[in-house]
Amino acid sequence: MTTVERTRFYQVGSWAAGNRLLDPAQASVQADPGRANAITSGHRACQGCGEALAARWVLDTALRVTGGNLVVVNATGCLEVFSTPYPESSWQVAWLHSLFGNAPAVAGGVAAALSAQGRDDVRVVAQAGDGGTVDIGMGCLSGMFERGDDVLFVCYDNGGYMNTGIQRSAATPAYARTATTPIAGTATGNRSGQGKDMARIAMAHRIPYVATATVADLRDLETKVRTAMGLRGARYLHVLVPCPLGWGTPSCDTLRIARLATQCGLFPVFEAVDGVVTAVTPIRHRADVREYLKAQGRYRHLFEPRPRTDLIEAIEAQARRTIDEFGLLAADQTEEARTP
Amino acid sequence: MLDQIEGSRAVARTVAACRPQVIPAYPISPQTHIVEALAEMVAAGELAPARYVTAESEFGALSLAIGASAAGSRTYTATASQGLLFMAEALYNAAGLGLPIVMTVANRAIGAPINIWNDHSDAMSQRDSGWIQLYARDNQHAADLHVLAFRLAEQLSIPVMVCMDGFVLTHAVERVDVPEPSQVDAYLPAYAPRQVLDPAHPYSIGAMVGPEAFTEVKYLAHQHMAAAESALPVLAGELGTILGRDVPGLLAPYRMFGAETVVVVQGSAWGTLADTVDTVRASGSPVGALGLVAYRPFPLQAFRQALAHARRVVVVERAFSLGGGGIVSAELRAALPPGVDLHTAICGLGGRPVTTATLRTLIEQAEAGRLAALSFPDLNTGVIDRELARLREGGHHGPSAENVLRHLHHLTLEGSR
Amino acid sequence: MYSVRLHGRGGQGIVTTAELLAVAVFGEGGHAQAFPTFGSERTGAPVAAYCRIGSVPIRTHEPIDAPDALIVADATLFDQLDVLAGLRPDGLVIVDGTTCPTALAGRVGVGLVPASIIARRLIGRPVPGTALLGAFAARSGRVGLPALVAAIHDRFPAAVAKANAAAAREAYDQVLAEVAHA
Repeated sequence: MTTVERTRFYQVGSWAAGNRLLDPAQASVQADPGRANAITSGHRACQGCGEALAARWVLDTALRVTGGNLVVVNATGCLEVFSTPYPESSWQVAWLHSLFGNAPAVAGGVAAALSAQGRDDVRVVAQAGDGGTVDIGMGCLSGMFERGDDVLFVCYDNGGYMNTGIQRSAATPAYARTATTPIAGTATGNRSGQGKDMARIAMAHRIPYVATATVADLRDLETKVRTAMGLRGARYLHVLVPCPLGWGTPSCDTLRIARLATQCGLFPVFEAVDGVVTAVTPIRHRADVREYLKAQGRYRHLFEPRPRTDLIEAIEAQARRTIDEFGLLAADQTEEARTP
Repeated sequence: MLDQIEGSRAVARTVAACRPQVIPAYPISPQTHIVEALAEMVAAGELAPARYVTAESEFGALSLAIGASAAGSRTYTATASQGLLFMAEALYNAAGLGLPIVMTVANRAIGAPINIWNDHSDAMSQRDSGWIQLYARDNQHAADLHVLAFRLAEQLSIPVMVCMDGFVLTHAVERVDVPEPSQVDAYLPAYAPRQVLDPAHPYSIGAMVGPEAFTEVKYLAHQHMAAAESALPVLAGELGTILGRDVPGLLAPYRMFGAETVVVVQGSAWGTLADTVDTVRASGSPVGALGLVAYRPFPLQAFRQALAHARRVVVVERAFSLGGGGIVSAELRAALPPGVDLHTAICGLGGRPVTTATLRTLIEQAEAGRLAALSFPDLNTGVIDRELARLREGGHHGPSAENVLRHLHHLTLEGSR
Repeated sequence: MYSVRLHGRGGQGIVTTAELLAVAVFGEGGHAQAFPTFGSERTGAPVAAYCRIGSVPIRTHEPIDAPDALIVADATLFDQLDVLAGLRPDGLVIVDGTTCPTALAGRVGVGLVPASIIARRLIGRPVPGTALLGAFAARSGRVGLPALVAAIHDRFPAAVAKANAAAAREAYDQVLAEVAHA
């Protein structure tokens, strides 16, 4: 009889570092010093920028999967601005910035051209912030979905127009303070609606693949990019990327805040194929919505000068609804689900 | 091949002969017959391996074209009026990125009030966008200009809009010798982009340029446009030799020899003007016609030469700048020697036809020294006088289209308009 | 130059009729220019189309205000609009029908032809355009029947073309016979 001896590792690394006991095929692209480094150092993103981190992981993965045969189309926004301070560029990939609202269409055009040229081996990724996706880019994006253009569209969602000074978008969460939904008089920040649920709008187009992810679980993001790049047709990735400046969080807290968003139930992490949810990442350690809100300066008005219990409860109700709709809590956690 | 064919269809067949690889399309009157004809050809496999992409808007259509062109494919689309405005941001973008897209603009008025009929306000409104603008005098010219456009665009890395009067040309069935693919092949080399999205040679296109370099970039774009002014006659001449007919590239002169009075027009009114010139010349007046083919770049040198001996110039314009005045004539002024009278005649707006009667009156009045510097020769002055009187008496402002209804009770809408 | 204005209602194929005339003239080596009323017509609404015919290239693009001939596909239009506007006093009017409309009483140069009836019998639908063209050809002499038939075959699929050509021929023969007896 063989006994299994469990090895105790004394050094417990982060979830992002490369695990040298892993089958190389399972290792993160980032663990490879020979990775493409699609967006290299020298860009001028804020310290702790979630979008810069996500873009690096997304594109390095896409470049790995395609063997370097990738073209990237980027909408106007923080990512485009901080990455190409003329005459320099931090992109090490074929990259085109067109306009604010047309990244999906421009990418569709690139894909059509490559196809007409018989170069189906070259793939296309389009990327934009939430403004360029759910607001000004919505028409073009829906068109891209409906046509099934062979493009992976990635939305880096930090809940506002950050590059232009923190203005609200249709992705800004309820009651968040922005420069166009300021706290003054009796105003309570952004309106109380749920905003545009872009992942579900994408699913309504019945495209081959839709997934959400956050920078709190970069391996998950990487896996989803791999999955998406293994498919053809229109695909959509919605990535939550905290913005320290816009959210009023410390630069070192970006991953922690993103994790809180998923663990309190406000941001569901899931995959959908042909318009139907196929996989959900359950909440590991249920977090309090208040803990998430309190950590961000954009929600300070919900706690000072006096707690706005009514508004906080409305946000908690949103979290509960999301948890229920996606089944984010395991059966044995459902007791907790009733008591936030 | 010589055929009696609808203008739109002649253009579609010519564009097909140029073998675009990507054709994004969004419909708007009066260009729809062009994109429909191309859809038929693509569906029938005649344009393989071209991709026909149905866009969700004109902005989407030109954006698709930008992506396709940047990825190294010859690209074509068509629009008009509101559609051209809807893609305005992308127009400037395409020009700024140096993408050799060719686009047909079926010239149509811009609302409000909404108007689907022909005038030049759409393309003229985008005169600063950095696109080359060529105006066709008839459907033969429209077809030929598209071949010229691809060659010019790809040689200079400047997008080109070929303007043809909406309905008047697009929907007219005229005699056209549609360029054969073999003729196009003899003139138009395969598209070899200067700058392209290529994973093998990756670089970043479309970066933000700051105050330290923007002026230089724009100045260089202006110089490239100026280069088009000298390239156009050469390329047009080369095409004309292959096709065996005249293909005007900058100006289309008619009976200019000894012309003391010159009338300048853009677009399809050229033919009507030529007939008028024949009639007037027959009665002894030295009149000549000058068709403006290239509006951008503005052919200042060519105008200077053509108008060197003119005594008076009448510019017929089918668009104008509200609160300003004529557009073409303002730019033409620089080409005139001192002492030459310049007259701007705004007419033919929103589909009102430019007639031989109007042109004859203009010529007669100009010769008699009775033509104002700025006139609206086909204006319904009765309606205008009544409306202005009403406003003077304190009538409310608001949209003029609705206001003048009360004065228009006797305007007949016969089936011919 | 000779100019024709065609009147009908949306759905009767007036635009196509004008085009066929232009293609037929072209087929005989002549010059022609056809164009429709420009606008967003609805089925049943009055529409007009035009055709210029000449022996030299046609350059002008102005509308036809003073036609030499009219082809009218629906006689009820005489009650609805001034169909005769601009027509020269001795201008030809080809009308679909069996009784002369009152608006045309006393006019010379009226060619009445039961185009819709012929079409219904030979084509299966009351599309009078090709029969009207046959009548026009016979009455005006501005285009020949063979060229008309060739244009019809060029435009329509075989079976439809055959029926339309037959309609044109019957109307042509009928009008020619009437002219001979006049």
